Amino acid sequence: MSTPTTSFGREAAAKLARSKNEPAWLVAWREEAGQLASTLDLPKPEKTPIHRWALDVYGANRPGQAVASTAQLPQAITSLLPAEAKGALIVQHNSSVVYTELPEELKAKGVVLTSLEEAARTHEDLLRQHLMTAYQRDEHKLAALHAALWNGGVFLYVPRGVEIEEPIQALLFADDAEATFVPHILVIAEANSRFAFVENVNSAIGDTETTLLHNGAVEVFVKSGAHVRYAAVHHMEKAAIDVSYRRAVLDNDARIEWIIGDLHEGNTLTDTKSILKGNGSNSDAKIIAVGTGKQRVSLTTQAVHFGRASESDMITRAVMTEEATAIINGITKIEHGATKANGQQTEKVLMLSPKARGDANPILLIDEDDVKAGHAASVGQVNAEQVHYLMSRGIAKTEAERLIIYGFLDPVVSEIPLAGIREQLQRILERKLG
Amino acid sequence: MSNLFEIRGLKSEIEGKEILKGFNLTMQGGEVHAIMGPNGTGKSTLASSIMGHPKYEVTEGEVYLNGEDVLEMAVDERARAGLFLAMQYPSEITGVTNADFLRSAINARRGEGNEISLIKFVRQMEAKMKELDMNPEFMHRYLNEGFSGGEKKRNEILQMLLLEPKLVILDEIDSGLDIDALKIVAAGVNAMRADDRGFLIITHYQRLLNYIKPDFVHVMMQGRIVKSGGPELAERLEAEGYDWVKEELGIVDETVGQA
Repeated sequence: MSTPTTSFGREAAAKLARSKNEPAWLVAWREEAGQLASTLDLPKPEKTPIHRWALDVYGANRPGQAVASTAQLPQAITSLLPAEAKGALIVQHNSSVVYTELPEELKAKGVVLTSLEEAARTHEDLLRQHLMTAYQRDEHKLAALHAALWNGGVFLYVPRGVEIEEPIQALLFADDAEATFVPHILVIAEANSRFAFVENVNSAIGDTETTLLHNGAVEVFVKSGAHVRYAAVHHMEKAAIDVSYRRAVLDNDARIEWIIGDLHEGNTLTDTKSILKGNGSNSDAKIIAVGTGKQRVSLTTQAVHFGRASESDMITRAVMTEEATAIINGITKIEHGATKANGQQTEKVLMLSPKARGDANPILLIDEDDVKAGHAASVGQVNAEQVHYLMSRGIAKTEAERLIIYGFLDPVVSEIPLAGIREQLQRILERKLG
Repeated sequence: MSNLFEIRGLKSEIEGKEILKGFNLTMQGGEVHAIMGPNGTGKSTLASSIMGHPKYEVTEGEVYLNGEDVLEMAVDERARAGLFLAMQYPSEITGVTNADFLRSAINARRGEGNEISLIKFVRQMEAKMKELDMNPEFMHRYLNEGFSGGEKKRNEILQMLLLEPKLVILDEIDSGLDIDALKIVAAGVNAMRADDRGFLIITHYQRLLNYIKPDFVHVMMQGRIVKSGGPELAERLEAEGYDWVKEELGIVDETVGQA
């Protein structure tokens, strides 16, 4: 068992970066982040006392074994790869990326898919222009720690006008609870490109006293007229904590779709935010969560409108069972000058047990007159009228409730772009919902 | 031979207020009965109580379908025993497609190991939707979500056609239907008429009865049947209203507001 290091700062960050032989600019950059980590406070999500969570674990650098083909990957990983996936694939195992596959046809078009560590050497300029500009190192302690510690990671660059048919898949997997597991996903979608990306976070650490901290981040830069579908399914074991900050920055007429299944078994803190910089930009976020046991879940979705006629829609649906608690926050912010913007949000929590708790907090912050904005929120139990209606057609009560609960989540499940991941998500739901 | 359907002295209340006050009715296979009456006389309570809606509490009486004690059964068991209520306000259920819902309902009847094959089900559903002049896309739409009033009613009839119940209760199936839709719905019902099946039609208006010919017409007031007759009774009610019935029976307030 590793003893959690409670002092992490400038020196530790620099030492780690040097030990991994990282470029000088990155060593310095991490050093600054380490400094910030030792001074900044934790974020303060609404009604979720995360200072009580074991967030002061930094882990050890435990790179996985790099392989030349998927057949050589551990079985625990290959079993998570959808058989039918034939597109690009990148796999992180504990602290490093162990496998990358990019079809020749995409390479020829200039598409780049590598670990972020590799990209720090090969694509320094692009990295330095984008890395942690949407999710900044000085936002709070977790952001600074992420900057100081990120490892493995994904760098995806899709050139102007390139359209990719098959979803690009990233599997982020940990089976060593003592490993530093801090992936950063950086996606740059150049003008008018179009593709889907599927991120799958999973673990096999078993029952352990050690906390595995996934302190992950996603930054997606969607340039003019580009269209990105970003899907994520997170499902780690109870001993893990999932911290995931996701950011998209949208230029003119750019579009992002977030399709997120936050189905982790342990405490969860996620924050998914679209920054609608460009005129006519568009963000559509759909998020589901299922809470079991004594899980604490804090889900925040945000849309910040700067661009004229920019549009956002955010839908969060959470099912809480047993003694789980979910705090669902939706923040729509429309800045002055974002005329004709339209921001909508809906948060719904379904509670399946008397001890489950849910809270929906819709917030609209509007600094412009000529806009549309709306919100709807509800927290409740399975609707008795609906159960009666289904039963009146001969469907037994348990089956009726099952149909209603799965139906509640279907608007997200049915949107997952890879059939294999969709099925995996179904299996997770079946396990979590019994 | 037992009766197809029998209601004896049924009393029912909602939130402590008695609405049905001793309702009696006997139906044989092949018969169509219409229950008419002004608003607030307990017609929909009758339908909901028979089906077992949780808001209504049956305090007295008996209901038998083919000799089986309906009130002893859970709601889903009633449905599987052959009871069907086309509801006035069907629920909307997000995420459950019409097809998934109906297949679950059919399979609930057939039991485990005897499920209907997907292809056979789809063929059946498509054929019945065609009969009702429903757009095929309604198959994959979420159950009743965003359906117009008329579309919901057609969808209720679609369920009836596919589930082939023994005793059908239509609760104001005609409300919100234009004349063309009414004819289609009536044709659907008429196609289902059979010697071993009965229909109980609850309606305000005689209009529907022009298309579905009833064998018996009952007037409901104060939570029970106060007058029964043949189809000519419905015609007279349509022409003259309910005042003559009240006068004949010495009823001042026909609603269930008074004891």
